[in-house]
Amino acid sequence: MNADGSALVTAPTMVAADRRETRRYLLLLLPALLTLGTFFVYPLFGILLRSVYKNGYTLESYRQIVRTSVYLTVIALTFRTAAVVTLIALLLGYPLAYVLATVRPRLARVLVVIVVLPFLTSIIVRTYAWMVLLGRNGVVNQYLVALGLTQAPLPLLYNQAGVVVGMTYVLLPFMVLTLASVMRGIDPALVRAAHSLGASRWQAFRRVFLPLSAPGIAGGTLLVFILSLGFFITPALMGGPSDVMIAMLIEREVEFTLNWSFASALGVILLALTLIGFAVYYRLMRLERLFEGLG
Amino acid sequence: MAAPEGVRAGAEVRLQGLTKLFGPVVAVSDVSMTVPAGSFFTLLGPSGSGKTTTLMMVAGFVHPSRGAIAIDGIDVAALPPQKRDLGMVFQSYAVFPHLTVSENIAFPLEVRKVSAAEIRRRVGEALELVRLTGYERRLPRQLSGGEQQRVALARALVFRPRVLLMDEPLGALDKKLRAHMQLELKRIQRHLHVTVIYVTHDQEEALTMSDRVAVMRGGQTEQVGTPAELYESPVSPFVADFVGESNFLDGVVISTSPDGRAVVRAEGGLELRGTSREPLHVGQRVVAAVRPEKIVPQDARASELNRGKGVVDQIVYAGDATRYSVALGATGTLTVKVQNRLASRQLATGDLVELAWDPGDTRLFARASDER
Ligand SMILES: Nc1ncnc2c1ncn2[C@@H]1O[C@H](COP(=O)(O)OP(=O)(O)OP(=O)(O)O)[C@@H](O)[C@H]1O
Ligand SMILES: [Mg+2]
Repeated sequence: MNADGSALVTAPTMVAADRRETRRYLLLLLPALLTLGTFFVYPLFGILLRSVYKNGYTLESYRQIVRTSVYLTVIALTFRTAAVVTLIALLLGYPLAYVLATVRPRLARVLVVIVVLPFLTSIIVRTYAWMVLLGRNGVVNQYLVALGLTQAPLPLLYNQAGVVVGMTYVLLPFMVLTLASVMRGIDPALVRAAHSLGASRWQAFRRVFLPLSAPGIAGGTLLVFILSLGFFITPALMGGPSDVMIAMLIEREVEFTLNWSFASALGVILLALTLIGFAVYYRLMRLERLFEGLG
Repeated sequence: MAAPEGVRAGAEVRLQGLTKLFGPVVAVSDVSMTVPAGSFFTLLGPSGSGKTTTLMMVAGFVHPSRGAIAIDGIDVAALPPQKRDLGMVFQSYAVFPHLTVSENIAFPLEVRKVSAAEIRRRVGEALELVRLTGYERRLPRQLSGGEQQRVALARALVFRPRVLLMDEPLGALDKKLRAHMQLELKRIQRHLHVTVIYVTHDQEEALTMSDRVAVMRGGQTEQVGTPAELYESPVSPFVADFVGESNFLDGVVISTSPDGRAVVRAEGGLELRGTSREPLHVGQRVVAAVRPEKIVPQDARASELNRGKGVVDQIVYAGDATRYSVALGATGTLTVKVQNRLASRQLATGDLVELAWDPGDTRLFARASDER
């Protein structure tokens, strides 16, 4: 009786406190919401509208994209390139992130600076640097020929390989930093515990470290994949005539054809596919968690 | 290395001149001791005394700078941790957060390629041993600290290691749960006959659980013995102070007898009799140590007791006992612990009191210039 009474008294106060808490959070979110609304959501609606407007409302642009195999090829190529870049970035980035997360803190700070250093120069400058390295008479080919590994210089530039190398290079830090931040949170005692329980190095990695780093893999690959989809400068400069990615297509429509409706439709399709990819991925990762729990 | 069925007796662990340097820091210095097979052996010492480092060298995670470790007479220097067949419980529990309770416990069996049926049976047994049956499918984050601790223990025991290493495993638990887990640990250790090397800085825990205790200080072993030996005949003022509690009085030897007894004049002129492990000589500066519960206020017993008169200065009531600080003038202050029996008379601050204690309970230690 008494307990019931006091519960009735405290409940509304709790709700009031909760509401005050919520209001405070909203206040903190306000600047971000305003910025996003003004500079992102509002223009996005503009693009959506424009994609269905060409001398009157019409789905002409979408129809054109779906009917033309070139456009579908470009979309497929964009996704394939993004997937390849993501995979290579993961394979290169995982060991690097592991070192970053496990060395002494002082050394780790130095390594982080080295990883982030490329961001301090313009992406165009960096891309041109790669072009110098990978060109027909570039440094890489000169070494390969001098070492007798190939007879003639390899075609490393103006093709798919060049695009993948350039994009991986630009996106690798995103992968490494995402992975390393998750790895740094893994208690080293867990790996030691695995060893004390009889696990070999490989078993301890495979069964303890790798699953615990899974959130980093999920986050890093998602970030790199989505960034890859919208890549423009690197494929434009380092790719060949057939290595057209969707962002380049959009640029062409805006700059040369002045077909803004069509460009907008391409943009909307890119966004929609990205969101679908995100949703599928999210489901997969969740399922993965579930399997882990069941062993 | 397939474990035979049933009980597997623990192994003997022998440390010989074990030393570890971290750059200029001497973490462990020339430690030699033998941990008898099947015993509960505790490394006791203050923070930074080298307990964890010693344990980590036995486990194989830290490489000794010098010295040898032998398990059942076999030198393990060349073996990595995973080949030493030792169970280990970490202070942070180190329960795998992504695995359920039963998957955690199955882990050491799975990496040993034990058959699925056997794993199921032994995980069930281990859960029963630590009383966690019914928790199989829970994840560590759904467990309390004490339950996680028991998962870590079951996991370290399920592959039947011959030695179990534990680094302050109860450090994060509250007093009640700690006392409960101490009893559980002892029960399990007796049941399995496993050799346990246990690290703690809690002297009470060390005394109640151990067959033998090594008191560590500054990377060295100060004394190794049974809890009773450490408590009743400490080899140094440090041990007398760290294990249990002691009053210390400074003084000078004024006469000696061949059986190790000596008479000491404490500061303030009080004359005390006590015993020493090492021979003393007249004129030597010594420290006399006596435990608070050995001192009796207002005792009318025989005259061969040490006696001192003082004034009750402070009273701390602790339920089962009361502790009095009694000021003996220039001699110093003695802490006296009196059991609160039904009939015992309570003293009040300011009371004049005569204290008495047995010379046999008075330990004399020669004073090295910088000791205590
Ligand atoms: N990796 C290391 N590098 C340098 N010094 C270390 C290292 N590990 C331990 N030490 C030093 O060695 C000494 C002993 O450390 P250890 O961890 O063995 O102490 P402990 O007895 O376990 O203490 P605690 O009760 O606080 O856990 C300390 O002075 C410590 O600072
Ligand atoms: Mg320690």
